[in-house]
Amino acid sequence: MRTSRYGAGFLALALALTACGGAGESDGGGQQAADSAVGVTKDTVTIGTHQPLTGPAAPGYSKISVGARAVFQAINDGGGINGRKIDYKVEDDGYNPTKTVEVVKKLVLQDKVFAIVGGLGTPTHSKVVDYLNTEGVPDLLVSSGALAWDNPQKAPMTFGYQLDYAREGKIQGKYIKDTFAGKKIGYFTQNDDIGRDTQAGLDQFVKDQTVARQGYDSANTDVTPQLSALKAAGAEVVVCECIPAFTALSILAAAKIGYKPQFVVSSIGADPATLSGLLQDFAKRGGATVSSAQLLAGLIGTGYLPDVSQTSDPWVAYFKGIHDKYIPKEPLTNTLFYGMVLAYTFGQALKAAGPDPTRRKIVEAMSSGQLKGPGLTPFGFSKDSHSGYTGGFVFKINPDTTTTVIQPPSVTDRGTGAITPYTGERATPEQVNLLGK
Amino acid sequence: MTVRTSLPETPVKAAKKVRALPPLLRHVLFALAAFAVVVVLTLVTDEFTNLRIATVGYYLIAVAGLTLLTGLTGQVSLGHGAFMFIGAYTVALLVRRVPAFPLWADLLLASAAGGLAGLLAGAAAARLRGPYLAGATLALAVGLPALTRRFQDFLGGSNGLSFTVHSRPSGLAGIVPELRWQTWIVWLSVLIALVLVVNVVRGRLGRDFRAVRDDEVAASLSGIAVGRTKILAFLISAVCGGLAGGLQAFLLGTAAPGSFTPALSLSLLAAVVLGGLGSLWGALWGAVALVYFQAWSEDLADVLHLNTDVANNLPLAVYGVILIVVVLAFPRGIQGGFQRLRTLLRRPAEKKENHENQ
Amino acid sequence: MQEFLDLTLGGISAGAVYAALGLALVIIYRATRVVNFAQPALALISTYLAYSVTKATGSYWLGFAVAIVAGTLLGVATERLLIRPLRHRSELSSIIVTLGLLLVLQAIAGMIWSNEPLAFPYAFDFVGRFSANDLFVVLIVLAIAALVLVVFKYTPLGLRMRAAAFAPDVARTLGVRVGLMLTVGWGMAAAVGSLAGLLATPPFLFPNVLDGVFVYALTAAVLGGLDNPLGTIAGGFVLGIGLSYVSGYLGPEMVTIAALAILVVVLIVRPSGLFGRAKVRRV
Repeated sequence: MRTSRYGAGFLALALALTACGGAGESDGGGQQAADSAVGVTKDTVTIGTHQPLTGPAAPGYSKISVGARAVFQAINDGGGINGRKIDYKVEDDGYNPTKTVEVVKKLVLQDKVFAIVGGLGTPTHSKVVDYLNTEGVPDLLVSSGALAWDNPQKAPMTFGYQLDYAREGKIQGKYIKDTFAGKKIGYFTQNDDIGRDTQAGLDQFVKDQTVARQGYDSANTDVTPQLSALKAAGAEVVVCECIPAFTALSILAAAKIGYKPQFVVSSIGADPATLSGLLQDFAKRGGATVSSAQLLAGLIGTGYLPDVSQTSDPWVAYFKGIHDKYIPKEPLTNTLFYGMVLAYTFGQALKAAGPDPTRRKIVEAMSSGQLKGPGLTPFGFSKDSHSGYTGGFVFKINPDTTTTVIQPPSVTDRGTGAITPYTGERATPEQVNLLGK
Repeated sequence: MTVRTSLPETPVKAAKKVRALPPLLRHVLFALAAFAVVVVLTLVTDEFTNLRIATVGYYLIAVAGLTLLTGLTGQVSLGHGAFMFIGAYTVALLVRRVPAFPLWADLLLASAAGGLAGLLAGAAAARLRGPYLAGATLALAVGLPALTRRFQDFLGGSNGLSFTVHSRPSGLAGIVPELRWQTWIVWLSVLIALVLVVNVVRGRLGRDFRAVRDDEVAASLSGIAVGRTKILAFLISAVCGGLAGGLQAFLLGTAAPGSFTPALSLSLLAAVVLGGLGSLWGALWGAVALVYFQAWSEDLADVLHLNTDVANNLPLAVYGVILIVVVLAFPRGIQGGFQRLRTLLRRPAEKKENHENQ
Repeated sequence: MQEFLDLTLGGISAGAVYAALGLALVIIYRATRVVNFAQPALALISTYLAYSVTKATGSYWLGFAVAIVAGTLLGVATERLLIRPLRHRSELSSIIVTLGLLLVLQAIAGMIWSNEPLAFPYAFDFVGRFSANDLFVVLIVLAIAALVLVVFKYTPLGLRMRAAAFAPDVARTLGVRVGLMLTVGWGMAAAVGSLAGLLATPPFLFPNVLDGVFVYALTAAVLGGLDNPLGTIAGGFVLGIGLSYVSGYLGPEMVTIAALAILVVVLIVRPSGLFGRAKVRRV
C-alpha cells in the first residue's frame, strides 16, 4: 500500500537523522575557559540558588534562604563587596530534581548569574553538577553533606559547605565508643546516601557494639515500628541520622512505647530550637510525665557552627544583630544561622576574589584555604579538596534547651584517617568584617 | 492543435488536491512544516527559551496520549506520570549500561516499555469504571516510583540516575549549541509520534474509541471488541507517555523519583482539560499552559515583591485558580474557545454570502 | 509476637483515619457522584484554623469544634459555588475543579501559616502501645460512622438525601428540595473529613501533611466500594492493618507499592470494590 511505503520511508529518514552513534558514548567535549565575568557589573554581582520553598520537603529548609538574604541585605547596606551589591536570586525547585535542572538552567542562561551559591539537596543538586562544571559556572557551598561535592578533578567548580556525612559519622562513632563503651548501639538512618555514608563512618568505631540497624523513608511518617524494633533489640544508644522532623518523630515514638535510649543525633537534625518548636505542644498532651524539655534534655548532637543560644559567642552576637535588624519576626534557629553563615562565607570569597572578580578568581579564592569565619572547625578547601567543614564538636542539650559542648571540635578526613582535636585559631567578626562599618 | 478540455488549475483546486492526498502523507507534510516552524523558533530565541520549547515538546506528546485515553475512550487516568517514569528510567538505564545503543533505539525502547506497562495497566483496568479507575491509576502513580527506593542499587534510590547523552554529531559542535540540537531531536520524535497518533485518531480505531466512550453496550452490539479497544487505548497512550518520559530524561540528563509525583499525573490531566478534552490541538495548548503558566506566575511573584510565604505559594494558587476558572467558564478548554471564535467569525461571512446570493 | 501486636495496634489507629477520610469521600460520591479531590484541602484548612484557635485560646477542644464547623461551611461553599454549576457536565470536570481547589487551598495555607511544620497536639495522651489517643481515634471514627449510617438509613433527612442522590427528578416532584439535600450531603462529608484531618495531622502540621493519607483513604474507599459506606470503613481498617504489617516486615518503602498491589488484586476480582454494587444495564 502506498501509505505504508511513505510511512516507512519517512520513519527511516527521520531515524537516520538521529542515529549519531551511541547515546552514552562520550565525544570528548571539553570544558570552557572559566575566566569570564558573567553576572558581574560595575555595581552588582548576581548569584542564584535552588531551594525547596514549597512541597513536602520544604518544612525545615525554606528558612535557609531567608537567613542568607538577610545577610546579603546587610552587606549591601554596608556598601557591598568591593563596591558591588549582591543580587541574590532564589528559585523554588520543590525538591523535584526535574525542576532543579530547569531552574538552574534558567539562572545560568536567562538570569546570567555569576555563580550558584548554596544549592540545596543531594537528589536535586547532583543533577546539575555536571552541567555547571561543563558551563564553567562556579558551584559554591552546596547545602548537603554528600561526598560528591568534593571532587576537584571531575567537578572543579563545585565546593561543599556542610560537614559531610562520612566525617560526621566518624566523629559520632568515636565519641560513642569513648563514652558508651560496652553499651548496645542501634542505628536509625534515612534510607539514602545520608544513611549509607554515616554508617560507613560509624562502623569504623562501633560496628561490634551495633545490635540493630533501622531505616526510615521520608515519605512515611510512622516510625513506631522501627523504634519498637530498636527497643526489642535492646539498643541503649540510638544514633539518629535524621532530618529534624524525623528526630522529633523518633523522640515521640520512643516516648510512646516507653523507650528511653540515649539519642545521638547528627547535625542535620539536632537543632534544639527547631526540635523544641516541633515538640512543644506534646508537653500538654502527653500527660504529666512528659514535657518538651524532658523529651529533649540529655540529647546529644554534633555541630560545627555555634549554637544560637550561646549569646556569648562573638559570631552569634554578630549575626543576631543582623537578624534583629532585618528579619526580627523570624525565629532565630540554627537553620536560619546556617543560611546566614553560608551567605557570609560567600561574601568572604567574593571579597578575596579582588576588585575585578571573575569566575576563575572566585574559584581560586575558594581553593586558597584562606576562608576563616564563624565555623568552629576549618573548611577543607584547598587545591586538592573541595570539602566544606572538616569536623565538628559534640554537644548536649540542657534541660533549659541551651547546649553545652561536651567534646571540643575535632577534625578528620572522609576515609579511615584519625580524628584529631582542632586547636586552630578562629577568626573574629572584626577580623573578617564585611559590613563596612 | 490541442483543445482545452479542462479548466486551468485554480488555488481552490490545488487545496482540494492536497486534501485528496492520502491522509498519512498529509499529516507527514504538516509535521514537516511544523518542524520547520520549530527550527526557526529555536534559531530566533535564546538558549533558555529553547529549553522551554523542548519542554513543551515532550509535554505535548504526554498530554496527547492522555487526551486520547481520557477524551476518546473516556477512561480517566490519574496515573499517566507512571508511564513517563518508566520511559525516563528506561532511557537512563540504557544510556548508563548499554552506552553503545544509539539514541533512537533508547527512545524506541522507552516507548515500548511504556507500552508494555500500558498493556498491563489496561488489562487490569478494563473492567473498571469512573472513580474506581481513577483511584487505581492514582495508586499506580504513587506506588510505581517507590520501586526506586526498593531497588536502590539498580535504580539509584531517591537520588535517581544521572547521565550525559551525546547526540550531537561532532561536526556540529561549534555551530549548533547542544540545547538547540536536543530541542530539535525532541520535536522530531514528538512530531513522528504525533503523525502516528493522528492517523489512529482519524481512522477506524479512533471511531471505535469514540463508540466505546459513548456507549459500551451499543459498541459491543455493533461488533466492536470493547475490552480489546480499551486496552489498546491504554497501550497507545502509555507509548506516548513512555516516549515523553524518555525525552525528558534525554533533555535533562536525569531520572529521579522526585520528578514523578502524583502531582505530575494530576498536572497532565489538568493540561488535557485546559487545552480541550479529546483534541490534539488541545494537547498543544495544554502543554504550553503547563510550561508557561507556572513560569509566568513565578515571574509575577517576583515582580510584586511579596512577602516570602506568599511569594512561594503564589504560583500554585494561580494555577489552581486558572483550573477552576477554565473548567467553569470554558468547558471545552482553550481549543473549544478557538472553535467558538472561528464559528463566530464565520457567521458574518456566511450571512454576507447569503445576502449576496439573494 | 510483640512486634505483631504492635503493628496490629498501630494499623488499627491508622486505619481509623483512612476509614474516616474515606467515609467523607463516599458520602459525597453517593450524594453527587463526584470524587472530591479537594477533601484533603478542606480538612487541611479546618485543621489550620483549629491550630490557630488552640494557640490563641489554649483550648484543644475549642479548636476541634471550630474545625468541624469551619469544615462544614467550606464543604457547603464548595458545593454551591463550584460543584453545582457542573452537575450536568462530565465527571472529569468536577475532578479538575476539585483539583484546582486543592492547589488553591494548599497554597493559601502556605501563605497564611508558612510551609514550616507546626506542632499539632493529639487529643489525648499519646503515650503507650495503644494509647488513650489511639482509643479515642478508633471510637470516635466508629461513632461518627454509625451516626452517619443511622442518619442515612433511619431518618427522614437521610431518606430525602438518598432520594435526591438516586432519583432527583422523582424526589423533586415529591417535594424534596434536591439542591439543599446535596448541599447538606457535602456539608456532612466535609465535617467528617475535618475530623479525619484533626486525627491524622498530629504530630506535625504542614500544607502537604494530608496528601499521603488521602491516597490511602481513596484506596480504602475504592477497595470497599465507593457507594458503600460500611465497606469503606471496613476497607480503611483492613488497609491500615495490612500496610502496617508491610511497613514492619517488608520495610517502609514498600507501603505504597503494597497499596497498589492490594488495590489491583481486589479490583481485578471485583471491579466495583469488595462490597460495591455494580451498575448493571440490561439490554
